[in-house]
Amino acid sequence: MITDVLLFIVFFVLLLLMAWPLGRYMAKVYSGERTMFDTIFLPMEKTLYRLAGIDGAQEMNWRQYAGGLLIFNILGMAAVVAIQELQAILPWNPEGLAAVPFDLAFNTAASFMTNTNWQAYSGETTMSYFTQMAALTVQNFLSAATGMAVAVALVRGLTRKNTKHIGNFWSDMVRSIIWILLPLSIVVSMLFMQQGVIQNLSPYVTVDTLEGGQQTIAMGPVASQEAIKELGTNGGGFFNTNSAHPFENPTPLTNLVQVLSIFLIPTGMVFMFGNMVKDRRQGYAILAAMLLLFSVSLGGLYASEIYGNPITGHGLSEPTNMEGKDMRFGTNGSALFAAVTTAASCGAVNTMHDSLTPLGGMVPMLQMMLGEVVIGGVGAGLYGMMMFIMLTVFVVGLMVGRTPEYLGKKIEANEMKMAIIAILIPAVTVLFGSAISVITEAGLAGLNNTGPHGLSEILYAFASAAGNNGSAFAGLSANTLYYNLMIAVGVLIGRFGVIIPVLAIAGSLAEKRVSPPGPGTFPTTGSLFVLLLAGIVVMVGALTFLPALSLGPIIEHLLMLQGMTF
Amino acid sequence: MWKQITSALRLLILLTVVTGIAYPLAMTGVAQAIFPEQANGSLVYVNDKPTGSILLGQNFTTAKYFHSRPSSAGTDGYDAAGSSGSNLGPTSKKLVDTVKDNIEKVRSENQLEESVSIPSDLVMASASGLDPDISPEAAYLQVNRIANERGISENEVRRLVTSHVQVRQLGFLGAERVNVLALNMALDRLASK
Amino acid sequence: MGTNSNGFNKKILITACREALYKLNPKVQVRNPVMFIVLIGSLLTTGFVLRDAFQGSAGNTTFALQITVWLWFTVLFANFAEAIAEGRGKAQAQALRQTRTQTQAKKIIHDKPQVVEAASLRKGDIVLVEPGDLIPSDGEVIEGMATVDESAVTGESAPVIRESGGDKSSVTGGTRVLSDWIKVAVTANPGETFLDRMISLVEGAKRQKTPNEIALTILLVGLTIVFLAAVATLYPYANYSGVSISITVLVALLVCLIPTTIGGLLSAIGIAGMDRLLKRNVLAMSGRAVEAAGDVDVLLLDKTGTITLGNRMATEFIPAAGVSMEALADAAQIASLADETPEGRSIVVLAKQKYNLRERDLTTLEAEFIPFSAHTRMSGVNLKDKVIRKGSVDAIQKYVREKGSELPENVKFACEGIAKSGGTPLVVTEGSKVLGAIHLKDVIKGGIKERFKELRQMGIKTVMITGDNPLTAAAIAAEAGVDDFMAEATPEGKLALIREYQEKGMLVAMTGDGTNDAPALAQADVGVAMNSGTQAAKEAGNMVDLDSNPTKLIEIVEIGKQLLMTRGSLTTFSIANDVAKYFAIIPALFSVAYPAFGVFNIMRLSTPESAILSAVIFNALIIIALVPLALRGVAYQPLGADIILRRNLIIYGLGGLVAPFLGIKLIDILLVALHLV
Repeated sequence: MITDVLLFIVFFVLLLLMAWPLGRYMAKVYSGERTMFDTIFLPMEKTLYRLAGIDGAQEMNWRQYAGGLLIFNILGMAAVVAIQELQAILPWNPEGLAAVPFDLAFNTAASFMTNTNWQAYSGETTMSYFTQMAALTVQNFLSAATGMAVAVALVRGLTRKNTKHIGNFWSDMVRSIIWILLPLSIVVSMLFMQQGVIQNLSPYVTVDTLEGGQQTIAMGPVASQEAIKELGTNGGGFFNTNSAHPFENPTPLTNLVQVLSIFLIPTGMVFMFGNMVKDRRQGYAILAAMLLLFSVSLGGLYASEIYGNPITGHGLSEPTNMEGKDMRFGTNGSALFAAVTTAASCGAVNTMHDSLTPLGGMVPMLQMMLGEVVIGGVGAGLYGMMMFIMLTVFVVGLMVGRTPEYLGKKIEANEMKMAIIAILIPAVTVLFGSAISVITEAGLAGLNNTGPHGLSEILYAFASAAGNNGSAFAGLSANTLYYNLMIAVGVLIGRFGVIIPVLAIAGSLAEKRVSPPGPGTFPTTGSLFVLLLAGIVVMVGALTFLPALSLGPIIEHLLMLQGMTF
Repeated sequence: MWKQITSALRLLILLTVVTGIAYPLAMTGVAQAIFPEQANGSLVYVNDKPTGSILLGQNFTTAKYFHSRPSSAGTDGYDAAGSSGSNLGPTSKKLVDTVKDNIEKVRSENQLEESVSIPSDLVMASASGLDPDISPEAAYLQVNRIANERGISENEVRRLVTSHVQVRQLGFLGAERVNVLALNMALDRLASK
Repeated sequence: MGTNSNGFNKKILITACREALYKLNPKVQVRNPVMFIVLIGSLLTTGFVLRDAFQGSAGNTTFALQITVWLWFTVLFANFAEAIAEGRGKAQAQALRQTRTQTQAKKIIHDKPQVVEAASLRKGDIVLVEPGDLIPSDGEVIEGMATVDESAVTGESAPVIRESGGDKSSVTGGTRVLSDWIKVAVTANPGETFLDRMISLVEGAKRQKTPNEIALTILLVGLTIVFLAAVATLYPYANYSGVSISITVLVALLVCLIPTTIGGLLSAIGIAGMDRLLKRNVLAMSGRAVEAAGDVDVLLLDKTGTITLGNRMATEFIPAAGVSMEALADAAQIASLADETPEGRSIVVLAKQKYNLRERDLTTLEAEFIPFSAHTRMSGVNLKDKVIRKGSVDAIQKYVREKGSELPENVKFACEGIAKSGGTPLVVTEGSKVLGAIHLKDVIKGGIKERFKELRQMGIKTVMITGDNPLTAAAIAAEAGVDDFMAEATPEGKLALIREYQEKGMLVAMTGDGTNDAPALAQADVGVAMNSGTQAAKEAGNMVDLDSNPTKLIEIVEIGKQLLMTRGSLTTFSIANDVAKYFAIIPALFSVAYPAFGVFNIMRLSTPESAILSAVIFNALIIIALVPLALRGVAYQPLGADIILRRNLIIYGLGGLVAPFLGIKLIDILLVALHLV
């Protein structure tokens, strides 16, 4: 218990210690200021621009920015589909894996392009090394960079005035990758390799086991993908069981590095925001709201797992709920990972969420339903939270008798419309996607569990899709034509249904003038604001999903206490 | 518009080369040079033949070996090319029945009293289906059986287990555990002495 | 108008009830999306009730009927709230309309007046208005002078003077000439006159949603869509879980969750805000201006009339060396006897009060009064034996120098002192002999300093605008407690100042009355024109103060803030209410299939039916209960944003969480007691 709490404290401390300087660094990178790595990265960046025929200094309005983003992402998705279809004739396929069925390839491409990394496939039996590298690893970088670019564009909208320009999409992409994601990935993958994460292009190894049986051991270039999987909050595992697989996450130390990597950039981006708006307290306030929500989530999840399952727990010694958990992580390392991965829209798992206790499983679900703003994905967390800030500032700001404003920018009908759309679209997608699935045969066919837990599996799937998380109550057999298409549509809506309104807000904010703060303006730095922001996030999420959750995890919990099974 | 598409395409190809080819290949090169053992799966050898990976669990069903956790990887468990958890929910009848059966099995195999509570890791499936570890309690619980099967003293086996207990990494990370493959290999060595 | 303050008289209530029914028209309802959903829900449940009545049903028909009835009441209550807010304006419009009916005009055609219908007058026509006539349309006096009764528009019974030229040339259609005659050039076409605009404003006929109202409506629509999705999808989820829920109950849940409280009161809040302004005799030309008033960062206030009493007063005599106080006072009084300016009068009064010098009759003194001229910048009297002059320091210095004399050092010194303290020195001289100085002082209005302090607490910066020199201006600014001042102000300077503040992102409000204020009034975000001012000023501003009281700006700001605060508070209240409603309805929905859900019935409501019904009834009644608050507005105190926020959060946020728990429980007890469930 004490070591458990110690782990959580160490996690928070290390996170803040690393994210704070990263935030300053990222602010410099995106503002084009000098950094200590200029001599290495500037030439790389310039070379890329020259080869691609891009002028990285040309400013774009929000429509041009969104246009570039959409084109780039659509092409990226097409490339992922193409590589999967052609993998049989492409190199680095020692196991001779065949072309991926089209619906699964489409689902995978949509999912990786949107930073969701929902995996309806099992990596070791479906994807060649070339596909893992040139298609999936690439999108791990690109989708993360896309999210970061959008967040930066929004911050620019907040800080600039009387302009239509919100930056250059190509430059934001290239800088995100060259200056931030790639160097961090190299460092983290080295750490992983030292601890035992594999990195090779060898064929699978078959061994005679100690007892005389045979075991075929899957191989591959895992470490390089593992690093960006966490750093980019992507979450797409090399193997089926993701970060539970010992080759992806061999030790408790790698487990800690993984959870830290997941939170590092999203947290750093909040610090970056404070630096870029020239008022660090603005960033601290947002982070405080995020960490407050996260602490409650983590506490709830951990407590529920420690409490365990009274039905199966009979005759067992503590901890009683080891189903779906690997020994080396312990309950603390498992609970921390589950809370982190769903707070941050990562979706990597070291624990089978399907086997968590009902309330323990509700926490990840709820974090995704809240819109992935409890830390959130790289960039996506910050811009998602900004939508809730608009909402908070609007409702609460009115109460002080002024037209609501944030950082001196008036929040008016246009911002309100776009913020509402960005919040509404994922929520409605979850509700209707799940509703369609519970009334269709194709939807119900995939269930691994019945009773309330079955509803939870479906709710979780769509919450994961619309929140671009990618983790699953993996009992749901999602590799069917129905789910491949439904989830693919869900992830696309959940991604661009938010990004486009966010960029529209960035554009409209950039055009506004900035009112100086005074004693009559609603302060967005104090503890009151932190509580209100967290409160609004919870209220919106809870009010939207409470009826659905009541029939899923909540009733399952009550029935579990009564000893009922399905 | 057309300009944007060509720019996007060129940038996509360039970044694919950088992040999808150059980066993983460079890391593979580095790994093979600096961490060749880990990079190739931390394989362990018996008589110079690879017998598994120290990081991956194996099936142990015979009474003379310490048993691993139940596994849902592949049809027989511990399929290292098909990792998987059971994904059974907390109110799943199947889960409840399986755990009950497993408890019965552990009790009868190790001739335990009804009153002895069983460590849950020994009767519940792991997340990966490849969990190399069991809890020290789960290992100690099998000492009696192993000693009887192998005709070694209980104390010796117990000492062996104790020497294989991995403490928490850095003192607070993860849980105490015993690597079953390592333990069983040591057991074989002990027996062959 | 607007002076009758009795809010709910019987007539307005009856009219409002009737209006509430008329407003059921879907064309009206669709303007308010939240209530439109309730209307559709009501129609839906009515359909089910009717079907059950004709076909007979296994379900609980009385329960469905009661739900339906209360859903209709929800719609009606919201309509009623809007109708009652409109009621007062409508009554005022009625009164105004009567003054407009069948006015006739004497139009000048070829120099001859001809009687025509007022409605036929066009811009540029010239009309003659004689005693007893109603002025037929808005216009400028081009000839003559008359006393005019403007009570129909301003409510002020004292007649005012209107004359050609200057700042008193504008007349309003519908007002009545009492004496003398004037020729008026018409400045408005029919339907565009001030009176017409006023009628349409108070009636709310042309009421458009204001920017903030639109933004809030978007938020409410968003919430409505989310809840619509949550409730619509609950049906298949319940189906999966083996729980059966009737459509009637789902509609009841939906209506409880969507923000009907703020949705039903939103337009009433807006109308009431305009109405509160009207009650203070301010006509806002748009709701947008009222909202902007709440955001004002900088107030530009004219010194004269706003910060100081209109005129300077003599407060002190300072004799030159070797001159007695009495001699100075006596000379000053004589020189001012014929001076009818307030400053002149104040000198006479001061001499009388301080030195007991009685007023003397100029004729007996055989004095010749020399009025102030722009050329000499002096005034005074010529007596038989002496010549007395008073004037500014410069003017008298020039005057005595021509006579070979100089200002005595102590007078010079005294004058500098007076100027530094913000006063105006006047020097009195008898021939070439300077007698001393008079201290004319700007008198700051009582209580104004406290008002500025309040404004500062509200976060509003006050800037005094004056034509005085910087030294004088600084002294008055310090005494009045304004944050900043602009001395030697010119119309161009004012305009530039406003632009400068706006450039920094601030919202500027100002008052003005003269034609040369018009550009600044138009530039300001909130421009309040005095009704006594020129037509050009009134056209340029976005509000008109019928009382012509420049301090009104402060009240306007408060009303603007109140308007926004009321919206925010009721939105918060409305959303906070949902928590309790969930606790009432969710256990009721599921506890039949899953008795375990009973643990969430923390209010211990007696049956599922009573729980749902209680929530619906509470939801309807809370609209009516909050009508007075919507009309009155949330109380505003000039405090920092942080404190206001905390207070309103406790009252409306926390209150919104707790109140429905109590209310729903109470209704449940009543329903059981009355055997309605």
